[in-house]
Amino acid sequence: MPGLILFLSGLLLAPLLLGVTVRTKAAFAGRRGAPLFQQYHDLVKLLRRGQVMSGTTTFLFRVAPSLALVVTVSAAALVAPSIVSPGWGFPGDFVFLLCLLGLARFFTVSSALDTGSSFEGMGASREVLYSALSEPALLIGFGVLVRVSGEMSLGGMYGGLGSGEWLSAGTALCLVAVSFFIVLLAENSRIPFDDPNTHLELTMVHEVMVLDNSGPDFALITYGAALKLWVFASLIVNLFLTALGGSSFQYIAWFPAGMLLVGVLVGTVESVMARLSLLKTPHLLAGAGAISVLAFILSTRFLQ
Amino acid sequence: MTAYLDIILVALILSDFILLGSGRLGNCIRIAAWQGIMVGLLPIATADAGFSFRIAALGIAVVVLKGFVFPRLLNRAIRESASSREVKPFVGYTTSLLAGVLALSASFWLDGRLSFPLHLESAIVVPVSLSMMFTGLFLVVARRTAVNQVIGYLVLENGIYALSLAIVRDVPFLVELGVLMDMFVAVFVMGIAIYRINMEFDHMDSNRLAKLRG
Repeated sequence: MPGLILFLSGLLLAPLLLGVTVRTKAAFAGRRGAPLFQQYHDLVKLLRRGQVMSGTTTFLFRVAPSLALVVTVSAAALVAPSIVSPGWGFPGDFVFLLCLLGLARFFTVSSALDTGSSFEGMGASREVLYSALSEPALLIGFGVLVRVSGEMSLGGMYGGLGSGEWLSAGTALCLVAVSFFIVLLAENSRIPFDDPNTHLELTMVHEVMVLDNSGPDFALITYGAALKLWVFASLIVNLFLTALGGSSFQYIAWFPAGMLLVGVLVGTVESVMARLSLLKTPHLLAGAGAISVLAFILSTRFLQ
Repeated sequence: MTAYLDIILVALILSDFILLGSGRLGNCIRIAAWQGIMVGLLPIATADAGFSFRIAALGIAVVVLKGFVFPRLLNRAIRESASSREVKPFVGYTTSLLAGVLALSASFWLDGRLSFPLHLESAIVVPVSLSMMFTGLFLVVARRTAVNQVIGYLVLENGIYALSLAIVRDVPFLVELGVLMDMFVAVFVMGIAIYRINMEFDHMDSNRLAKLRG
């Protein structure tokens, strides 16, 4: 039951997280910024619009946005209840989570290639490059959690972590959180990797792949992107919530506060950092991988 | 106290990673300075047995030298030689990071095979200092500019210092000061050498120094 609450609230509140990020950026720039619920208005506006399909596209372009959203919702369903119900999931489901995220990416990338536009092909190639670098970082990070908690499923992982584990291997867990955060920025096309505000095709990653989508399909894509950010953020928030301990309802109470913090953090990073040049972004992701490996080595040492 | 020690050691490894992955000389010097400060704090964090004047004086001397004097000397060398502010690596940044991770794994493996007959303050102090030594050597070999080779040398020395702190807690004060003095002279001389090289050859690309042979 608490798991269901977390999942449904995630579906409902995911666009709000983006709103928080946008407001944080506005505050840094000394503006009032868009309303917190602007994303919802945008979604409604897009849903009401008609849809234009390019004549060169095939059925793949038609189904890809819906499929990508379905897969992302499944990923959210896998992650959201894990903090409150330790029995949730199955051994090795973190690999399945990566697989789901990869599948969503596959649909987006293939629909971008389907349009035949050279810009979208460029974005697709960048997206695949980033994911190839961010997946090892994520996987090794999960490996650390498996090693520290001694459990193989997402639910068990977060259930198996407690203040004792944080005392003995807290440094390793913090490093995992840092690595996850870098991956979050890369996977959701946030600032050091990609600027979600620009519409300059030469530098965009995610936006450039969806240039040809319009109307309801674009609403699905926008919502899917918000949900993906929510999934990644909840991975990090769950990790830190295990340090607090407590009952599942305390978790539910703390969870929104944690998400708010992540939203503000993303906004802060976007305000104080410049976008890295395209050639340098892989180094940052490789750094995330290195941090994950470091955390793994440390966890083997701390838990002897 | 072990918790502080572990945090400092992890920060040392992270600073190694940043050094391996960053392309600006000024950035590298700043990170090396931070690393020097953290290394200087190490003896204070390990001082479980008792906080003596000797340990405090040593810590302060290291922090001042490595954190403030050396970076200033290096920055002056760069400014006066008006050379390029880029690292110009032989080995790319991502490959360098990979090498750093490999060095780290190798030193943890090596540490598992070594057995020290004494009680260590932290489980990771030996492998971390070993990996710092490897990283320092790698920076000396894999970077083109002379300033970066000095930085690699500093990282190497930081690793040796951390290892010596871990293994022989009671190095005579004078020996430590002597090592610091040597380093100071080394960095000073290298700074002048960089300046001279630049005056003569309009660059400080050590790769092209091969042409000095007649």
